Amino acid sequence: MPRELTQNRIQKIWIPSKDDKPSMPRTCPHLANSPTVIVMVGLPARGKTYISRKLTRYLNWIGIPTKVFNVGEYRREAVKHYSSYDFFKSDNEDAVKIRQQCALAALRDVKTYLTEEEGQVAVFDATNTTRERRDMILEFGSVNGFKIFFIESVCDDPNVIACNILEVKVSCPDYQDCNKTDAMEDFKKRIECYRMNYQPLDPDQYDKNLSFIKVIDVGRRFLVNRIQDHIQSRIVYYLMNIHVQPRSIYLCRHGESQHNLQGRLGGDSGLSTRGRKFAGALAKFVKEQNLKDLKVWTSQLRRSIQTAEALNVPYEQWKALNEIDGGVCEEMTYEEVRERFPDEFALRDQDKYYYRYPSGESYQDLVQRVEPVIMELERQENVLVICHQAVMRCLLAYFLDKSADEMPYLKCPLHTVLKLTPVAYGCKVESISLNVEAVNTHRDRPDDVKRGPSTLIRRNSVTPLTSPEPNKKPRIEGLDDTIIREVTPTQLTLCTASHTTLALSTQVIVFLMMMSQQ
Amino acid sequence: VADTTLTRELTQNPLKKIWVPSSTNGLPERHISQRKVCMTNCPTLIVTVGLPARGKTYISKKLTRYLNWIDVPTKEFNVGQYRRECVKIYKSFEFFRPDNEEGLKIRKQCALAALNDVRQFLTDEGGQVAVFDATNTTRERRETILRFAEQNGFKVFFVESVCEDPDVIAENIVQVKLGCPDYTHCNTEDAVADFMKRIKCYENSYQPLDEELDRDLSFIKIIDVGRRYLVNRVQDHIQSRIVYYLMNIHITPRSIYLCRHGESDLNIKGRIGGDSGLSARGKEFAKALGQFIQSQNIRDLKVWTSQMKRTIQTAEALGVPYEQWKALNEIDAGVCEELMYEEIQQKYPLEFALRDQDKYRYRYPKGESYEDLVQRLEPVIMELERQENVLVICHQAVMRCLLAYFLDKTAEELPYLKCALHTVLKLTPMAYGCKVESVCLNVDAVNTHRDRPSVRFTNTHPLSMSVSLVLVKQASPPVIA
Repeated sequence: MPRELTQNRIQKIWIPSKDDKPSMPRTCPHLANSPTVIVMVGLPARGKTYISRKLTRYLNWIGIPTKVFNVGEYRREAVKHYSSYDFFKSDNEDAVKIRQQCALAALRDVKTYLTEEEGQVAVFDATNTTRERRDMILEFGSVNGFKIFFIESVCDDPNVIACNILEVKVSCPDYQDCNKTDAMEDFKKRIECYRMNYQPLDPDQYDKNLSFIKVIDVGRRFLVNRIQDHIQSRIVYYLMNIHVQPRSIYLCRHGESQHNLQGRLGGDSGLSTRGRKFAGALAKFVKEQNLKDLKVWTSQLRRSIQTAEALNVPYEQWKALNEIDGGVCEEMTYEEVRERFPDEFALRDQDKYYYRYPSGESYQDLVQRVEPVIMELERQENVLVICHQAVMRCLLAYFLDKSADEMPYLKCPLHTVLKLTPVAYGCKVESISLNVEAVNTHRDRPDDVKRGPSTLIRRNSVTPLTSPEPNKKPRIEGLDDTIIREVTPTQLTLCTASHTTLALSTQVIVFLMMMSQQ
Repeated sequence: VADTTLTRELTQNPLKKIWVPSSTNGLPERHISQRKVCMTNCPTLIVTVGLPARGKTYISKKLTRYLNWIDVPTKEFNVGQYRRECVKIYKSFEFFRPDNEEGLKIRKQCALAALNDVRQFLTDEGGQVAVFDATNTTRERRETILRFAEQNGFKVFFVESVCEDPDVIAENIVQVKLGCPDYTHCNTEDAVADFMKRIKCYENSYQPLDEELDRDLSFIKIIDVGRRYLVNRVQDHIQSRIVYYLMNIHITPRSIYLCRHGESDLNIKGRIGGDSGLSARGKEFAKALGQFIQSQNIRDLKVWTSQMKRTIQTAEALGVPYEQWKALNEIDAGVCEELMYEEIQQKYPLEFALRDQDKYRYRYPKGESYEDLVQRLEPVIMELERQENVLVICHQAVMRCLLAYFLDKTAEELPYLKCALHTVLKLTPMAYGCKVESVCLNVDAVNTHRDRPSVRFTNTHPLSMSVSLVLVKQASPPVIA
């Protein structure tokens, strides 16, 4: 007898009522598959951590729980003070032992994450440059039933490497007491320590049965071997679309609309007078930015197109950028919704990310709809996206690594442009208000609603997560017994006491106080 | 204060519901464009490379089908066909010997003739991508093509297929070479022997794409039927999509089953859209479907449904796990949801007429068009390519879109493909195409199909739509099939 179906009240998904286990709504690759460990491979300063973090951010955004395990961070916990590149010499037995223990500790945490914490993908971010190390990881994967996918970054362009070192190494904790030049010199010697024993992935013989992608010269060329499944295919596609060219992405909403003035949601109204004024101000702002080759994208709704029209430049309309579909609530005011659909109104506040309007969409649906836009944004350079509140929140959550919980409450006011510029491992955000008055369409999370989706919904569905903080405690066994070499005077000269305040620091980049909810 | 009076007025194109600036002379403005896959003005020439029987034509045809389906006008140009036009009767592999000067001359001319047609397609006929399907195994030949492309402002992307697995090659020969016109008067053994010698003719002069020598070219090298890929210098969006597609297709034998949900309560009432449950007959069909699937004895069948109640109810009867895809939901009829066709004609006569005028591009007010559906379904197609045996339980318009992809139907034909309730289509890839078996499960249902009306507009330019009456053949009320 076929089971009876009931419609889950928040997500509007039909599930069999007798059984507790609903069939999985397909929003992302099938979750019952084995977890995957992505293993980075490459000499230092080849972009491994950049790729690890960016990929993790993308996977979390599309709903696949992913976490980075950076062995360097474990090492910094274990060895409180970095003295010099000597630590990385292959004949430094004590250091070799510590490094091995850090790797093992990280793998232990990988296992915990994938087997006990509902992780789906773990990114093991380390050099992994020897076959011996990789064989050990393969063994680990085999024993635990994890798929292994290698991402190797190969690059010998000295300019690229020098640039990487300046962007992210010189300012990292290892070098906080050093000036730039010394840091650069030490780091280069560090790379040499690895180079001698580096065994790149060999697609022809030794590694021909492994699944991997070799990224050559920052994406000029790729070698892809034995993709096993959907998630690896998506990862490869993503890696082939990202680039490191400097550029900026501008996000804003359409100018204030007639419906905005009336407090109505959705619909397809035109701009109000102030909205038109904003469009003119936007045109002026864009001109002043003096950008080379700016692409302008709008939705197919009148208000965003009208805004673009004022810029007097070519623009492209994307249906995928249309505002969230309010279904039966389209064009109502929030008061009317509360009156006519009190249950729906309450449910939305209860779980705004998963809540789907009757005959409409949810933020979760939006993410799926908007994913091709993200992919194309990655391919492009300077782009201005003129969209809508919910859509802009989705895009912003991707760039700023915000969780599903936070996404529906990100502040995206009318008449304000957000300029996003990728920097180091993250994204710099500048918020520019164009000084044209508008109504405020933001609704805060109600106080009486507890944070986070309820367990009923969480089960068997995926929640886009902020990429989890890397584990701080390495839990390395027996490290107290290990002798950590005291810093000797000769080593100290490499890092002088004089500090150079560096403009960029990986910590500083992750801003957005203004973006967090109240 | 910015001058706000300069903004052009917008009007909404009545067919596609796209907002476009209305200009004074009534012609479409250049400034806007709807997001299409190929946003550059630069056409692309895809050039296959590889020895005979390496799947070049298979890839060319499949890629062409995919690109056309996602609305990138694409055409393949197979040099072998030009050669068959020129040399009416194929005698033997001797024609392909590298020392056969006469043969070489003819083959070169055929290549040039094909390139000429490529130029015409891309420059004069609105083509966006041309697939130049030939062996192109020498650097010299590829240089000629690169020069040709440069002169005409085309981007070039090479697709090379490299394979040394004798089983794969033998299978290719059996699947597509034996039946080709060259070998109609041959028995199997002779044909195979001749073809192997033909391959030999190319082998000595074969210069594969090289990581170093060809490092400035844009290409993908497919090794051993997709075990490995080498991708070099992807230039733009369309090349990126092509690479992604090529990396997802496979040739493992399998079947795809397409069907609609069982008859629903709204079907019986003759209403479109909505989210109703199955009628009694619909439930019967679901049961029959379960039995049918069992009888097919399919290995590792995946079952996909939409997120609408009627498809899920149908899948429930199978008693196997299934995945719900929102992307498989029926076309959104916007303001016309849950109306009968007669009611639509009454309430929205203009909309009704417009839909019959161009059913593919017509978008329901606050709803979708078939064109929107195709875009929404593209990830489903991509995943279907990755998968093996799959049963997709969906809806009429959705099924038409999927079917059009597999059977290479045009946008014109797509909205009128026959996808009856309670009928399963079994698609099995074969040679260069797809075998279709239609299995009716013998449970009565209403007929929801509306034929293309017999009287239509002649002037169908969407942007200069004149609003006059159209005589449209009345849709017949739902008929019990």
